[in-house]
Amino acid sequence: MERIPILKMGKFLLVTIQVDMHDQLALTLQDDLTNRIVNDHAHGVLIDIASLEIVDSFIGRMIANIVGMARMLDAETVVVGMRPAVAITLVELGMTLSGVRTALNVDNGMAMLNASLQRQGA
Amino acid sequence: MAQANKLAQLVQKHEQDVLKNWLGQQLSAVTRRADLMKESELQSQSRQFLQSFVGALQTNPDNIDDPAWSPVKEFLEGVWRSRAVQGFSPSETASFVFSLKQPVFEVTRLELDAQEFAKEIWQVTNLLDKLGLYTTEVYQKSREAVISRQQQELMELSTPVVQLWDHIVALPLIGILDSARAQIVMENLLQKIVDTEALIAIIDITGVPTVDTLVAQHLLKTVSAARLMGADCIISGIRPPIAQTIVHLGINLTEIITKATLADAFAVALQRTGAKVTRDSVNH
Repeated sequence: MERIPILKMGKFLLVTIQVDMHDQLALTLQDDLTNRIVNDHAHGVLIDIASLEIVDSFIGRMIANIVGMARMLDAETVVVGMRPAVAITLVELGMTLSGVRTALNVDNGMAMLNASLQRQGA
Repeated sequence: MAQANKLAQLVQKHEQDVLKNWLGQQLSAVTRRADLMKESELQSQSRQFLQSFVGALQTNPDNIDDPAWSPVKEFLEGVWRSRAVQGFSPSETASFVFSLKQPVFEVTRLELDAQEFAKEIWQVTNLLDKLGLYTTEVYQKSREAVISRQQQELMELSTPVVQLWDHIVALPLIGILDSARAQIVMENLLQKIVDTEALIAIIDITGVPTVDTLVAQHLLKTVSAARLMGADCIISGIRPPIAQTIVHLGINLTEIITKATLADAFAVALQRTGAKVTRDSVNH
């Protein structure tokens, strides 16, 4: 079955979405990700959507859902690599993803997670 | 067809007279611009036009949309372009065609009886009017092309995104922000955020004369889109009247950092990115 890979990078999980999302894939991802957060004791999740060229309200909602779920499990999520065209589309759709942290690329997202982890530790 | 050929034949037969009269007409006309064009140039233009006109007249005398007329039209366009460059006004150029009427009437009157004369006159008037209008159309089209090009250029010119510091970009907005421009502004800003890996974008609206709900909506959209790309936005340059308008209109900008001046916004941006500007003790 088609799956979106979840990579472990230190204390964080990296999810790279490269294919068109559909209902089943999104549900599988939510399942996998929540399990991995618990099993790997991850404190942060990076969702990389740099290769996503087309978005719709479904993907917007799915991202918001995943962020909510991860937060319940005490993992902070950063959505990284959104393309300009995608950002414009989401805004036009009225999905500003407020409450979701964003970063330009994986590097920045990782730095963001590290910083907030340090703040929590301190 | 036979009638048309008659007209063509007549003009051809008296070509020299027609040309001479026509030139005389043009030279003595009030719309003549001796300062802009030499007589010899006018002469060669007139001769060429007359030749192509007669040629087209022989093939299809009624309809200037016929392909037979395309050389005449092309020639007119050429005349038009050269005269536009030389600084002729539209009516001055259109009168180039209209002034041909009288010389043609002249030769037709000499050769034909009253009834035929009236018929030919009608035809040639009709044709020359159409050609004259055609030149004006060409003029209008070229003008419209210029206007739309300038609009495009203006739009591109008026939305520069400048990098102020590492990871800080600024977008000084000047002029009225309509939907088309807001779209371009948004695209430019987002692209610049990608290019410079900006973390902070300052939108300065000092040069925006009025802010209504629509403009505010555009600003909010731009800020949201930038945030989705991981860049925080600061809106600066809010003049007192605009602050009052925004509050009176009930627009909610509380989720966005707003500053009165670009300098204040820049200070916040520096602080956020961890940069610091210090003043050396100056030795005079």
